Amino acid sequence: MTDFRTDNNGKTRGSRALPVSRRGFTLGAAATAAVLGAPGILKGARAATPLKIGCLAPLTGFFAREGQNCKRGFDIAPALLSDMGHTVEIMMADTESNPDKARTAAEKLVNEGAQVLIGTFVSGETAAVAQVAEQRGIPHIINVAAAPQITEQGYKYVFRNFTTGPMLVINGLGLIKQLMQKVGATPKGAVFMHVNDTFGTAMSKGIEALYGRMEMPFPILETIAYDPKAKDLSVEVAKAKASGADIVFPVSHGADAILLIREMVKQRFEPAGIMTPGSPGTYEAQFYKALDKYSEFVMANVPWIDPSTDMSKAFTAAFDKTFKGELMELNAGFSFEAVLIAADAHARAGSADPGALADAIRATDIAEHVMIGGPIQFDEKGQNVNIKSATLQNLDRMPTVVMPAESAQHEPVYPMPGWRDAARK
Amino acid sequence: MTWELAANVVTGGLLIGLVYALMALGLSVIFGVTRIVNFAHGEMTVLAMFAAVILFRQFGLDPILMSPIVAAGLFALGYGLQRYLVAPFVTRPEHEQFILLLAVAFALTNGMLIVFGPEAQGILTDYSFDSYEIGPLIVDKTKAIAGLISLVVAALLLGFFRYSATGRAIRACADNLIGAGVVGLNVPYLYALTFAIGAATVGVAGCLLSIIMDATPVLGPELTLLAFIIVIVGGLGSMTGALLGGVLIGVSEALAGLLFTPSLKSMLSFGLLILVLVVRPQGLFGKSGAR
Repeated sequence: MTDFRTDNNGKTRGSRALPVSRRGFTLGAAATAAVLGAPGILKGARAATPLKIGCLAPLTGFFAREGQNCKRGFDIAPALLSDMGHTVEIMMADTESNPDKARTAAEKLVNEGAQVLIGTFVSGETAAVAQVAEQRGIPHIINVAAAPQITEQGYKYVFRNFTTGPMLVINGLGLIKQLMQKVGATPKGAVFMHVNDTFGTAMSKGIEALYGRMEMPFPILETIAYDPKAKDLSVEVAKAKASGADIVFPVSHGADAILLIREMVKQRFEPAGIMTPGSPGTYEAQFYKALDKYSEFVMANVPWIDPSTDMSKAFTAAFDKTFKGELMELNAGFSFEAVLIAADAHARAGSADPGALADAIRATDIAEHVMIGGPIQFDEKGQNVNIKSATLQNLDRMPTVVMPAESAQHEPVYPMPGWRDAARK
Repeated sequence: MTWELAANVVTGGLLIGLVYALMALGLSVIFGVTRIVNFAHGEMTVLAMFAAVILFRQFGLDPILMSPIVAAGLFALGYGLQRYLVAPFVTRPEHEQFILLLAVAFALTNGMLIVFGPEAQGILTDYSFDSYEIGPLIVDKTKAIAGLISLVVAALLLGFFRYSATGRAIRACADNLIGAGVVGLNVPYLYALTFAIGAATVGVAGCLLSIIMDATPVLGPELTLLAFIIVIVGGLGSMTGALLGGVLIGVSEALAGLLFTPSLKSMLSFGLLILVLVVRPQGLFGKSGAR
């Protein structure tokens, strides 16, 4: 296990020590603190009263699957953070995939004593929770939600440890461009298919604004927006096929990604690559279960768990132990990180005073953490600008990092084999 | 836009419309006779979808072959629901009926959430990803099978109501409740039978839908709404109307997606609904002055 400590500046650092047991780690950390007199740990000890964190996620309703994934990250956080000298109490609330319910749930959590809010995954809900946090003067750490406007309101208590839509697009398109250079391919063009909710529309605007500026090596031939709750996407896929594109850029949530691929197979639409510029849906257990061999070779350019850091290894081990058989993905990782940020700020602030906590969050500088990217730091708008994306490709029913090279677990496969190709097993 | 693309899209819309129509037919049958608006209709459909999913996953049984079994289960559920829960509400104010069936809908949705969880659950059969290539047309095999079976079941249902003695007795209850009682028909039994037949229809539709789309408990309200749009457009209580309404909604949604933008598909359904309510409130095939 890794030795994570909080140094004099309150930074959480990870030293790549030899594996030790949890008890050994705790004793070691305590001894180190005693010997070095590390104020961070002592502050953590002073703040032994647990920090009450109100965690909001859509546990039921349309986004229930993603919400449950977020909850898994929240669930394993207290034990992992306890190893790091932090005491947190998770107060879980269901937003029911509804912005109005999210607002009410946030109000209720604050009334019940939550000192920090985290959530929610859905941009529309997150915007509602951010308003509550700002009105009540309670820090709100966004674990997952990409609509850029949330951190463009001049809020003082809202912090986002997730990419905005434009950041996702820039990172995603950059990786796609690198992929084409790497495999030496020049596609005819792409068809961009996106959900028409807050997230999908933000992504669409981002792509529209940035695609030309990024000098992508192929054009977007057609853009198709669809209802995220659509039960049938046959018309959408028929239009995509008719566009003549050989690349598909889906921006989906989950069930719609399954529908898209299913329709592509049925309609015999054989693109050379299916690669989302930055959205969920294609690297989750449900996707593999529903599509089996047809889930293979689909790519996603999204923020992801860095397989190389010690903290992510500890996180992965805890996740696998607690949720046997469940597939770990980014929502759990970012949800854990949000709790980490709150706990780290609590230790440095030495109190749960909302103003002091907000100031401490603003000064966050966590060098080693779980997700790919630089240190967790927030700019003046409360946005972490150091998050990077990775290219994941589904190989053997697992999201596998194929780019960037420094984190790659496998070489990218492009063009992807046809739907009836024997390479699909 | 090429004519091949248009033909493919219209064919797909027609086939899915037939399955929607079968689902809506159940609603129309129940309302046409008992005058009860089944607000739990979509939830019952989802229940049938989950039954098909379970039978497939646990025993490897094909949803199409299992549709008579699921229909029988839903038949029993519908009969019990009408006989023991809804019957006392038949003569009570409509808003009380609405609340009762809404409560049933909520109970079903949340019960399914507890039992099956929130995740979408699909069926992966040997033919799930197959399609037929007929000249320029590529026809989705699951939709083709489901559409065809829907048509057959709808025809059987129409035949039952038109030609069987029980069917005629049920229609008599629908036409003149007092008269039906006077001639000695067992109205409570026939009402329960009608509800059961409507539910069984939903059972078949649910099995067919399970091979087209994934089952999730939150799908219920959407399907209820869809069924309402279809029967209102077609004409509440009219079986032919429900059938044609389903096809009309399926094809018009597909065409709206093709000619405008796919995200406008639902808007067209609601637009059609408003237009019908304004111009022909009884629906395209409904009888004017219906109760």
